[in-house]
Amino acid sequence: MAILIEQILNGVLVGAFYTLLALGLSLIFSLGGVINLAHGGFYAIGAYLAVTLAPALGYPAALVLSPVAVALIGMAIEVTLLRRLYEHDPILTLLFTFGLAIVIEQVLRLIWGPAGIPFNIPDFLRGVLFLGDFIYPYYRLSILGLVLLAVLLVWLLLTRTRFGLIVRAGTSDPEIVEAMGVNLRPVQSLIFGLGIALAALAGVIAAPLAGVYPAMGAEIATAAFVIVVIGGLGSFWGVLLAGLLVGVVRGITITVFAPAAEASMFALMVLVLLFRPRGLLGERMERLE
Amino acid sequence: MVKPIALQERAGIKRRDVLKGAAGAAAVAVGALGAPAILRAQDVIRIGHITPKTGFLGQLGVFGLNAAQLAVDEVNAAGGVMGRKLELIAEDSVNAGTAVTKVDQLINRDKSVALLGEISSGTALAIGSAAERNKTLYINTGANSDALRGKNCNRYMFHVEGCNTMYTKTIGNWQLSQNLINGSKWYFLTADYAFGHDLRNVSQRFYKENGGTIIGDELVPTGTVDFSAYILNIRKAKPDLVYLNLAGADQTNFLKQYREYALGFPLSGGVMDTLLFWNAGIDAISGYWQSLWYHTLDNAGSKAFVAAYKSRHGVPPENQAWGDYVAAKILAQGMNEAKSTASADLVAHFESGAKLDLLKAREGSFRKRDHQLLQEMYLVRVKDKDKSMDQWDIFDIVQPTPGPNESLEAIQPTEQENPCAMADL
Repeated sequence: MAILIEQILNGVLVGAFYTLLALGLSLIFSLGGVINLAHGGFYAIGAYLAVTLAPALGYPAALVLSPVAVALIGMAIEVTLLRRLYEHDPILTLLFTFGLAIVIEQVLRLIWGPAGIPFNIPDFLRGVLFLGDFIYPYYRLSILGLVLLAVLLVWLLLTRTRFGLIVRAGTSDPEIVEAMGVNLRPVQSLIFGLGIALAALAGVIAAPLAGVYPAMGAEIATAAFVIVVIGGLGSFWGVLLAGLLVGVVRGITITVFAPAAEASMFALMVLVLLFRPRGLLGERMERLE
Repeated sequence: MVKPIALQERAGIKRRDVLKGAAGAAAVAVGALGAPAILRAQDVIRIGHITPKTGFLGQLGVFGLNAAQLAVDEVNAAGGVMGRKLELIAEDSVNAGTAVTKVDQLINRDKSVALLGEISSGTALAIGSAAERNKTLYINTGANSDALRGKNCNRYMFHVEGCNTMYTKTIGNWQLSQNLINGSKWYFLTADYAFGHDLRNVSQRFYKENGGTIIGDELVPTGTVDFSAYILNIRKAKPDLVYLNLAGADQTNFLKQYREYALGFPLSGGVMDTLLFWNAGIDAISGYWQSLWYHTLDNAGSKAFVAAYKSRHGVPPENQAWGDYVAAKILAQGMNEAKSTASADLVAHFESGAKLDLLKAREGSFRKRDHQLLQEMYLVRVKDKDKSMDQWDIFDIVQPTPGPNESLEAIQPTEQENPCAMADL
């Protein structure tokens, strides 16, 4: 029993990490309807920049600079290329981001080489905390803190600022917002940058824990998509809830029946879609219900 | 480290462009001159190289391709094979289904006389079958599954890579000598695909036969990023040792996170890919492991190979690079000795027990009954960090296995353990 409780708490830590990826994906989708298949690519760029910057500037500096740099790269791509496709068939943005993911992986390979780069937890975050019999590495606890902070900032931005007001209005009815004389284009670019920055932040956080190699983003994005679908497209709290849920369900599955670890996340998605096609906290969709 | 690889990659693209250009020029020449140009094209001996260059084994595959190209360039610089130049045609195998299509292209469109490469045991099985169907020699350079040498063996497939039993017994015989198995409790983590299942059978059979108890045995999906849930279960089980049968990038991910939790149970495993241990970094690894080859081996052949690879790519070659390099060299040597590029002649030559230079202290040869390359492996120990010269200097070589006075059969599966029945040529 104790191990199950420990797995549930650990699942929250793992889920928090996935939430960061999923939240960015959800933001980008909400405003502009772009399904960003290159999300994992930006996650990988974030990790590579962290590995490159950290030895010179320290890990905390990399934690800030890498997402900012990746956001700028993302916004440059949005302004010069992606933006041209908004008015056409949505399939075009899907194809574009799919191709972008492949381009990013190859560019990483050209610049940093095909082999991975060793990178470990900075010394000041090494070590583990024992709570009773439960074990928590300091690094994972700091991730949780960081994710909470990032989520809080995004939430404040969306609910307490004029920028957030436009984003929320643009999400629910872009035509009316434009008709009222608000230009959504720069807002879309900024939201794209913000979503990408969250992916890059996840990459920086993952760099000390997982292999840093060109294809590292290829599989991670799948989990983010599943979480967005479970939580409900475009729902802020839904993504949060779904991220934690996926982490917890996976942790329990690994203890109870390990071979189903990967399947558990998809089983959860199927269940949610069967009984609640709009996702846990998603807006009602006329077409589906 | 960073820049030289980048340069090498760019050089690689240029080389491909040059090849394309050359092919285009050849096509024009055929049109203009007819038969003589075709004769010139036949002067080249084409070898198909097929290995994963993307996906979770892709990092290793690129080392393999680089090394095979180096071997081919060296053979050509030394006069080629029977006065003809070798040319390597490289393909990304991607997966078993794609690999079969590419094998047909390499053999029937590109007229490759032999194939080499691959890392995934599942894909190697598909390549081996396709090669047999086309009656074309295939040298497996990176797939470990015993079944490829056993129930799935075939007349045209040879194995430079060590099989799972060789890896298991290299570390296992040492563990036996240290009395680490009898009465001990081990926890197994295994990659959930063909290679892992095969290695799990082989390593658990050896372990149980020698008196160990398995207290944990979990299959892990390939491409797993977060291992914390597995590590918590390991901690609960309190094993004497954690035995890893993981593949590809998963090795790196597990090693880094296991270090994070600082559990203290020693690690060992049925496979060790140097690159993935380099990626984890010397801080994250510990204990004794096994290696098919290692770049600090002290012999002239190895040193020359390491120097040549390093000067071209800026990093030392890892054990996958060794496999593809040696396979290409063996192939060239076999063609020169058999005075033929026909697969049937090469199969017969290798089956005759021809002595082969493997950049190791002892020469090797292919065993007739299953086509496994008989060779030394090495027991290695993770280096003290203060004595490590650079990020690639992570192991001390403890001893060759089998030892200098033992038969090379000492780490092989017996005929009963892994029976192989081959068709006639």
